[in-house]
Formats: sequence, structure tokens, C-alpha cells
Amino acid sequence: MALSDKDRIFTNLYGVEPWNLQAARRRGNWDGTAGIIGKGRDWIIEEMKASGLRGRGGAGFPTGMKWSFMPKTSDGRPSYLVINSDESEPGTCKDRDILRHDPHTLIEGALIASFAMNAHACYIYVRGEYYNEAAVLQAAIDEAYEAGLLGANAAGSGWDFDLYVHRGAGAYICGEETALIESLEGKKGMPRLKPPFPAAVGLYGCPTTVNNVETIAVVPTILRRGGAWFAGFGRPKNSGTKIFCIQGHVNKPCNVEEEMSIPMRELIERHAGGVRGGWDNLLCVIPGGSSTPLLPKSVCDDVLMDFDALREHKSGLGTAGVIVMDKSTDVIKAIARLAQFYKHESCGQCTPCREGMGWQKRMMDRMVEGRAEIEEIDLLESITRRIEGHTICALADGGVWPVQGLIRHFRPLMEERIAQYKQRHGDPEKTLPMAAE
Amino acid sequence: MSNGETAAHGEHGAPGDAHGAHAEPASFSFDEASEAQIATILKRYPAGKQASAVIPLLYVVQKQMGRQTGSTWVPRVGMDAVAERLGMAPIRVYEVATFYFMFNTKPVGRYHLQVCGTTPCWLRGSDEVLRACKDAGKLKGYGDTSEDELFTLSEVECMGACVNAPMIAVDDDYYEDLDYDRTVRLIESLRRGVRPPPGSTTGRQTSAPEGGPLVLTEIPHYDVAAAPAAGKAEE
Amino acid sequence: MAKVTVDGIEVEVPNGSSVIQACEAAGKEIPRFCYHERLSVAGNCRMCLVEVEKVPKPVSSCSYPVADGMVVKTDSPMARNGRRGVMEFLLINHPLDCPICDQGGECDLQDEAVAYGADHSRYMEEKRAVKEKHWGPLVKTVMTRCIQCTRCIRFATEIAGVPELGATNRGENMEVGTYVEKALTTELSGNLIDLCPVGALTSRPYAFVTRPWELRKTDSVDVLDAVGASIRVDARGPEILRVLPRTNEAVNEEWLADRSRFAPVDAQKRRRLDRPWVKRDGALKQAEWVDAFKAIADRLKGVSGERIGAVAGDLVDAESVVALKDLMTALGSANLDCRQDGAAINPVRREFYTFNTTIAGIEEADALLIIGSNPRLEAPVLNARIRKRSLLGKFPIGVIGEKADLTYGYTHLGDGPGAIGNLGDFAEVLSKAERPMLILGRGALARPDGAAILGATWRLAESSGMLEEGWNGFNLLHRFGGQVGALDLGFVPGAGPGGGKDLADMLDGGVDVLWLLGADEFDVSRIPAGTFVIYQGHHGDRAAARADVILPGATYLEKDATYVNTEGRVQRGRLAVHPPGEAREDWRIIRAASELLGHKLSYDDLAGVRRRLAAVNPVFGTVATLARRGWADTAAPGNGGALDDTPFAPTPANYWQVGTIGRASPTMAECAATYLPAAAPSLAAE
Repeated sequence: MALSDKDRIFTNLYGVEPWNLQAARRRGNWDGTAGIIGKGRDWIIEEMKASGLRGRGGAGFPTGMKWSFMPKTSDGRPSYLVINSDESEPGTCKDRDILRHDPHTLIEGALIASFAMNAHACYIYVRGEYYNEAAVLQAAIDEAYEAGLLGANAAGSGWDFDLYVHRGAGAYICGEETALIESLEGKKGMPRLKPPFPAAVGLYGCPTTVNNVETIAVVPTILRRGGAWFAGFGRPKNSGTKIFCIQGHVNKPCNVEEEMSIPMRELIERHAGGVRGGWDNLLCVIPGGSSTPLLPKSVCDDVLMDFDALREHKSGLGTAGVIVMDKSTDVIKAIARLAQFYKHESCGQCTPCREGMGWQKRMMDRMVEGRAEIEEIDLLESITRRIEGHTICALADGGVWPVQGLIRHFRPLMEERIAQYKQRHGDPEKTLPMAAE
Repeated sequence: MSNGETAAHGEHGAPGDAHGAHAEPASFSFDEASEAQIATILKRYPAGKQASAVIPLLYVVQKQMGRQTGSTWVPRVGMDAVAERLGMAPIRVYEVATFYFMFNTKPVGRYHLQVCGTTPCWLRGSDEVLRACKDAGKLKGYGDTSEDELFTLSEVECMGACVNAPMIAVDDDYYEDLDYDRTVRLIESLRRGVRPPPGSTTGRQTSAPEGGPLVLTEIPHYDVAAAPAAGKAEE
Repeated sequence: MAKVTVDGIEVEVPNGSSVIQACEAAGKEIPRFCYHERLSVAGNCRMCLVEVEKVPKPVSSCSYPVADGMVVKTDSPMARNGRRGVMEFLLINHPLDCPICDQGGECDLQDEAVAYGADHSRYMEEKRAVKEKHWGPLVKTVMTRCIQCTRCIRFATEIAGVPELGATNRGENMEVGTYVEKALTTELSGNLIDLCPVGALTSRPYAFVTRPWELRKTDSVDVLDAVGASIRVDARGPEILRVLPRTNEAVNEEWLADRSRFAPVDAQKRRRLDRPWVKRDGALKQAEWVDAFKAIADRLKGVSGERIGAVAGDLVDAESVVALKDLMTALGSANLDCRQDGAAINPVRREFYTFNTTIAGIEEADALLIIGSNPRLEAPVLNARIRKRSLLGKFPIGVIGEKADLTYGYTHLGDGPGAIGNLGDFAEVLSKAERPMLILGRGALARPDGAAILGATWRLAESSGMLEEGWNGFNLLHRFGGQVGALDLGFVPGAGPGGGKDLADMLDGGVDVLWLLGADEFDVSRIPAGTFVIYQGHHGDRAAARADVILPGATYLEKDATYVNTEGRVQRGRLAVHPPGEAREDWRIIRAASELLGHKLSYDDLAGVRRRLAAVNPVFGTVATLARRGWADTAAPGNGGALDDTPFAPTPANYWQVGTIGRASPTMAECAATYLPAAAPSLAAE
């Protein structure tokens, strides 16, 4: 039941063809854009709702509904669309391919989405490290301006529209929409208190919607082929196609656009050459980028890759970065490295995250060695619970879920590691660090 | 360090380090090339919102330092120049320059080797890449700059090239699908002053599976004139 | 209004209020570190978490807006556990060095830890240490104790208007500081100490001095500038150990300027006049009180009243002024002056010499013209009020005089008095404003054309709609807390036949005996050689050395006394410690002298002298409160001759070493040395 090439939206995902406008047009981009816009705002938003598209940035919020939160008429303030291309969730590299290989899907989507939200200007916030990708995007935008697809009366739609690229500079937190807005305003990327939400007070104090790159880039095709077409893929409420990033201990890591709700095993085996050493050599999979708790092989055997199925197993689709670990993996270390990531990326604003991420990371480092007491696994779990849900943004939640997932599924391994350490080093009392006074 | 922390972590931009061990230039002024970039950058933001340009302008400073000194970093006087240009309090620029990881608040070597050590790369052998960097670049570890000032080694967090792991970024360019030997060859090439073309070091087609794409083998092409399109159909 | 139920108590709060405000309205105290009523909301400490029904996660009550029908639980398991978690995280990297921390005993973190802390730490990892910073001579930093609440950053940026503090780096490595090491350039820096909820920012001069529970606290009023801030004086035994602001919304909100906070503490013990001195054989010799009075009586014998003069200083209290005036009157002298600077103040009507808009009234104004004044240096707390108004927007400000950094933007209209009648576009700004105001600096009147400047400014106020029923936009900004009271008591040359001599006349040989009541701010060398000088005051400053008799008095913190601030607000200071040695409260000294001089004053207790104050001027009958004054009678203070367009003199940059107390303080000397390296003032400044 694999997706056929004719139903793939990102037909130049691998950059086999040029990214330029001429090639993009041949692939169907910019086809009838003015006509789509001519159908009006309400039609677009209804069609987006009908498509069932849920945000591709990780949270999975219904896109059409999000757009409908924007004010229908201006109170004097302009509205903005901001496209989140701060792709930094470990395990995620899908937007990169859109930026560098299929930028016109995004540019056309930006125009249509901006029109639907009454925005005459849109910023694409690209993570700073994507230097070359941002350069391609900028060149594609220049090309689009040249061709009259952007600027005054963009694409002959009667809508004036400007599109800008803004590069970040190395901060995962800027993927959080209000931190991104802060960053775009020239400040540190520290998430804002909500309410007010960006749709009311966003960029420069104006109504703003922040959408992921993939979310916006699929818009033109959905509107050309109809919301029903998109909704025809995947299970209800999990519809559409999706770019998956399959990596780690697979034979052939790759990105691939597939149908939502594809079984994980099929996804890995059909597209990524299977697990290294065969499916039975699988230890666990992080299914949706680093924030989503890992799933042991028993779950992976038949779980579907969509929002609801993964949620049922206390994980999530997230950004669909599928991180595969085979039986050779020191999974405690794999998760400890993620704890280090979140410590490094905590903005430092909220107490639980600023202080807790370092604590979690240091405890995880000891767990890797086994230099701990069995009871400290409970302490670690308790710390993650004290962090979770007590901060302004969700970074802290995403930062503790991997550790919670580890404890949930690999507690015996952690205990065994501690026991081994004690065996090697004798009296555990001597191995514990002194209480820091 | 017992808790596994690396030098690159935690010391980034610490004020004490930022103007302690190395010499801060006495002054900084934008050169002609930078001025041209600034003019373009400032056009992107609405009137009165020029503070938005703080990150782009810090890049301008960093690049200019690279052009002028061979070391891409942002000295404090450069931050002051940005503050002055954008009408911001200098402290607001210091905050930004030290918050974002890509601004080097200390000088770096001619080539900034940034090894991704996050889990997706680690699973595929980033430890070997690190070892190769140390061996070939004559570097002691993260945070170190080689004696010939050619290389600075940093650990970076996930760079978003996970299906091409492990990878390093040399300045702005990604080198992907690395192993020990290919990393050594890369660094030796840099030492000779030759930057290989960025991307996969195995000749792989970007993010497609090794051996060539399994899908999109025949990219559907529109006959632009005849293609059925929702927009046109209504007309 | 929104109806909110907090722990079962129903309260109504205005729409747009935060949950924490609703909780306070319901009498529920919510723990907080980052939240502060006068600062923007940061919402970062997470200590104020509460449970709101139908919200799945605990919310930070400081930032969460109320909604009608909201049900809040401040003490539910969700709220309590949330706070316990936050407390644990705050403490893991906190050094817990309370025994050596000056904040101990008055530390929010300590207090809340009692409620939400555990009895032991579960944190077994290494603690964070933060590199020490140097923020100048007043604020001591121990940044390892910092809990990153960012109150100090927000105060510096928002209230003080000096964006020099920030949080650099990120996450666990985030550090509050200046990044480039520098002393904070604000005259309000001491307030950072009060705002810091932990021991990260403490008072440098107060370091390791005492513990709060050892202190005796006295509510009083500041006089080191003309704002008249409400203060609390903390003393132990005979020593003043610190001065803190008290909340007074009408005057200083909860801020205090640095000179007022730090100078009186170490000036209390330096260069004090703690016993009478009498000059014998050309040299001052220690004496008994009776000898000092006898020396005065001897010298006054046979001197007619018109050859006697008295000058009141800038920090004098109303009680001693009225006593001295009564004594001089009894001696037959009308030679009185309280304007050492020679300012052409017209004392005929109070409206001509007070800050009529009132300090709180600044917030209602919609345009401001500043003439010959630098409010930042002359009255930092009042300047903060201007800045507060300015931040709300729609408040055009024009300045005539020096182009100084006032911490808010303004249009510079000219350097000298010529601009008063030639405001350009700003004239229209003023006339369009509904509540325009102007601030005339006292310094602007201390020049030969001072009377003309006063007249021209008044006429401008009148023609710009500043003098209306219900609104008086004319304001004179004085520099010290003793200046208005002396004017209110008419301590100026007497009217009537012959009239009294002013200070200049007295210095020109107009008197044989000169009684200086704390008057050090004029050129003492101009006193003619033969003039017999009685110096009554607390510090051996400029005039004491010239004196023939020294009568040791009390500082404003050492007496129960009445002061009038620049608004004309009558306020009471209270004795916090007794004056040192033989020094006495000043009005009592004059009362004692009057007896020996054969002109015994009619009052001999505090109540008596205060009845006398109210009799001389009824304004002294109303303490602390101040009626808002409109102004319908626009009779002007007179033309006073021609304007001279010489630029207004800038306010001296040395904010710290001003007045006898400022000059006596080593801390103020250190500030001057830090902030004015070019001037290189010596510590002694003698």
C-alpha cells in the first residue's frame, strides 16, 4: 500500500532535479496559484480543514483551525505568517530537503497561506546552521520575485506579498513559536508567556501564525488536488502524507515521503533497508524525534506511524524522525546524550528547566556508568516529574520524556548496570559523590 | 571531567573567557563589503524594528573578522558596533551574542570543525569522527585550537542532517556520511587549503538511501500548459 | 470586573488583572521571586504556581490573566507540589551559605524554603559557581547566590532607565551582569539591593555589619534631596547602620536615591561636631555649652539688631528655623536668609516656589517642559516618576538647559532663558496638551536674571494652560529637604521700613554677627574678617572652620523634626539615634541660647514649638498629606528685569558629594572617584 510517486508532494526530495523555478514548474509548482487565491480565504481554510492536515512541526495541531484563529479583518495592525524552519529536533532533517531541493513548494505555500491569513509579509526563520540551504531558498525567492510570483500582485493574484528569509544562530529553543518570534525581533530566544497567543499578539505585537515548513509546503498541492485527496491517506485524524527521516541502525538511512499511518516496520524495511542485522536485532526506536519517548521492539513490531497510534504507546509522531537502535546500542548512553542536548538547549528562563536539565543530565551520566544507587532511578523519575508541566514552554517536557521512556522500558537494564558497577567497584558508599554543600 | 562535560559546553561566551585569555581588538568598524550586506539586511524589517537585524549583523561582524583575520569570531567591540548601528543598548547585543551558539566570542582557527555528537550521529559513529578530528587536526579535544591555528574543534548539537550521520560542519559546510578515514582525508584536504565539495562523502544522492532512490524514480512531470489545476478549472 | 473564586473566597477584580492579584484580593499570599508589582511580568521563577480549574497544568499566577468565573486553588496538591519542585530546583545550585550571607533573616528564598523546602537535599551532583562581578561601590554581588529572577535587569532597564544589566549565556550557564565589567551608572542602584530576593545583591557598605533582628527600626523622612522620600532608619545602639526606603505612593513609591540611602550611614560618624567650640586667641578651643552661649552673649552686647544676621542651610528642620527666626526677631534683626545660592525665589506665594503638580501628579500630565534643571541628578526618584510617565507614551518632553542623559527622550529647545519665550513647535505641543506641566530648576534662579526667569516661566505656564482650576503645572524643583520649610516660615529678609538684609548684603559687611544654621553652601571666604560667626550644625564642613563659636547640632536622623519637600508636603522625621557627645537637637540649642541672651522663647517642648510652626504658617498643621492645588489666581511673581541668554549652568555632575552629609561620607567619595575619574575628587574634599 505504499505511496506511489504520483501522490508524492515533494517530488524533488532528493534533489535529483534542479531546485529552480523552471524545473519546479515542470514538477507542477506554481500551477494556477492565482486561481486558488481567487477562490478566497474561506474556501482555502475550509479546504485545509477538510484535508485533515495537522501541523508537521511536532505538536500536530490542526492547520486549518490554527489559521482560522487569525483575525478576519485588520484592526490597523498587519498580520504575519512566520514559517518555522528552525529544524533542530534531533533526528529531524526533513525541512532541510524542502529548503534545498523543493523550495518553490514552500514559497508558493507561503503566498497562499499568507493570503488566507490576511498577511502581506512572511518571514521564514531558518536555523543558522542551514547556511547553504538558506542560500538556495533566498535564490529561489529572488527568482520568484523576478518572475512576478512574489511582490506586488504576487503571481497575478492581486495580493501584494513579500517573503523574507531570516537566519537563526544556533538555538534549539527558537523552534518554539514564541521564542522564534522573540528571536526574530532581535532578542534572546526565550519563550513568551501565553496568553496572549501569537494569533492575537505575535511578531512586532501583531497577529501572527507560526507554521512548520512542511506544513506550508504541502498547502499548494492540497489545494490543487483537493482536501479530500490528502485526507484519503492515512487513518482518520491522521491523514495525509509525511516526510519520515529514518536513521540510526538501519542499513540505508534516508528521508522518504510516505503515507501517514504506515506501519513502522514496513517504513523501515521498505525504505531504509531494514534494521542492521535484521528486525530481530532491533532494540528500540525513538519514533518522532528526540522528544518522543522510545518504544521497545515489542511495540515497534506492529505500531503504526501516526499521531494517535504512537500516543497510545505514550510516545508521539513528533517530527517523524525515526531513530532506530539495534541490540548493540547502549541505550542508557543514547538517552543520556539526549539529556545533554536538552541541558545545552534550555534557554534558562524557567527555574525547573534551567536547573533541572543539568541535574537530569548529571544523573544520567552516572546511570551510564552505573555509578548510582538503585533508588536513584526513582529519584531521577521524580525529578523529571517535577520538571514536566511546570515551565513556560514545552522544551522541558520534551527534555524529560526520553528519560521517562527509558525508565519505563529499560529499568531492569539500568538496575543491572548499577549492580555491575557495584560488583566492579566494591563498597558503593565510597563511589557516591559527596553531597554538594 | 567526571560528569562527562566537555570544554565546549558551558564555557561558550562566558564573560571571563570572552575577553580574558585572548586579545580583544581595540576597535571595529564595518568594511565596505559589510556595509553592502547591512544595507540589504535592514530592508527586510519594518521601520522601527531594526533590532530584528541583530543576528544578521552579528554574522556580518563574524564574517568580516574572518575576512580580515582568518578567524571568524565576534569581538566585543564588534557587538558594540552592532548595538550602535541598530540603536540598541550594548547589553542587549551581548545577551544575543552569548545566547546563540553560532557566534564565537573567542577567536577560532581558520577551519572550525564542528562535530555533531547528538544521539543520531553518535549511533552511527560520531566518536570515530571525533577521534579522526583529534588525530588529523592535532587537537586535544573539544574547545581546543591547534597550535598552527588551522583548526578549532567544537562539539555541536544536532545539525539536522541525521539521515546522513555522522557529520561535521566545517564553518558553513556540512560533510556527511563520515567515518574515521574519510574524516581524516577531509581534514588533510583542508590542511592543504582545499575545501572539498560539501555533502555526502560517500557519493550518495543527498538524503536518498545508499545506492540510489527507491522512490521518485520517475518524477512526475506536468505539461505545464495542459495540466489540470484546481485554480484554472474554475475559471 | 471579573468574579474569581480563590480557595472558596469570591472576589471581584478588574478585567486584565492577573491571578496573583485576584489571590491577593482574596487575602491569599502567593510566594514569588520574579514577580514585582512595579516591574514587568517575567513569569520565570515559577514559584507562584497555582491550580486553575479546567487548566490541566499549574499556571504561574503572576502572568495568567483572570477570567470571569475562574476558580483558583492556591493550596491544592498540584499547586503545593509545583512550588516544592521549584524550591528544590532553586536550592540545588544555591550555595546555602546563609550563615555568611547578609540577606540572612530577610531573605525571600530563606522564608519560602521554610514553607516549601525539604529538610535535606536530594542533589548529589556538583554545584554551580558563578564568577564574581563588580558593579560599583554600592552594590555587592555574590552571583553564585543568584536565582536568575531578572528583577534587577528589569529595574535597571525599566525604572532606572539604564539598560546595563542583562542575562548573558543561556540555560544553566545564564549569568546576570553587565558582561563588560562596569559600575552601574544609576543614582538609584541601591534599590537593586532591596529588589533582589536573595543575597546575590547586597549593600557593599553594609557588608557583614549586622543581622536584621539586631536592628532598631525608625520610620523617618529623607532630606538629602527635595523629594522627601519616606525612609526607615535601621540602627543598633548609637549607630545608624542603614537607611531603607518605605513605600509612599505619593512621594517615592518604594525607591530611594543612592545619596539618601548611603551617605547618612557613614557620614554619621565622620567629621562630626560633637561638642561646643569657642575661638580664643585666634584658635577654636573645646568648650562647655555655657561658655559657648556666654561667648555669644558677650559679643552681642551692645550690637544693635540690624547688625545681626542669620542664614539657614539646606538641610534645616522647620522647628529650628522658627526658633532662630523668633530669636532674631527678639534681637531686633530682620536680616534672615535661607537662599544660600542666591536663587531669586519669590516667597510671597507658596505656588511660586513649590512643585505644585505634585510628584504623583506627574503621572497625570501629558506634556512636560524642563527649564534649567537636571532632575536625574537633582531628584533621582522624581526623575524615575517622569520616566515612568514617559514610558506610558504620549508625553512629549522639552528641555531648556543642559543636554543631559535624563533616561528618557526629549526635545532640546535651547540652552538659555531665551528659549522660554521661543519654544518653536513645542509651544503648540504645550497648548494642545490638556495637562501640561513645567519643571523649573532651582539652579535656574540662582543667577542675576533669576527673577526675570521666574517671571517669564510663570507667564509661560499661564499662557500654556498650566494654571487652571484643578491643575497647576508650575513646578519649582528644589534640591534639598530643608529649603521649602524655611521659605514657608519666611526665613527671608524682613519686609517693612529699612527691610532686612539678604545673604549678599550680610556678606558685604552688613552685619557684625552672623548666625549660620547649618549653612555651608555659600562662599565662606566672603565673610568679612571682623564678622563674628556662630556656626550651628552637625558636621565640620566649610563654615565651621570660620566660626567663632560652634554649637553642635543634630542631623536629620537624630531629631524629631519637621521638613517640607519640594511639593510643599509637610513631613515628620523621627529621632533614630541620639546626636553624638554634647550635640543637641537644634531648636533646643536655640531655645537654650535665647534664655542666656535674655530673650527667652515662649515654647519649651516639642508640642509647643510645633504649635508655633502652625501659628506662623498654617501649612504646618497638616502633616504628610497634601491637597492637590489648582490655581485660578494667575497673579505673576513680577517681571524682574531682563533675561540674559547665557546658557543655564549644568547641574554639578558630582551627584554624590553634595551637602555636608554627602561630603562627609567616604562611600560617596568612593562613588565620585568611581564615576568621575576625571575630576578625581579627594576623599576629604575639604
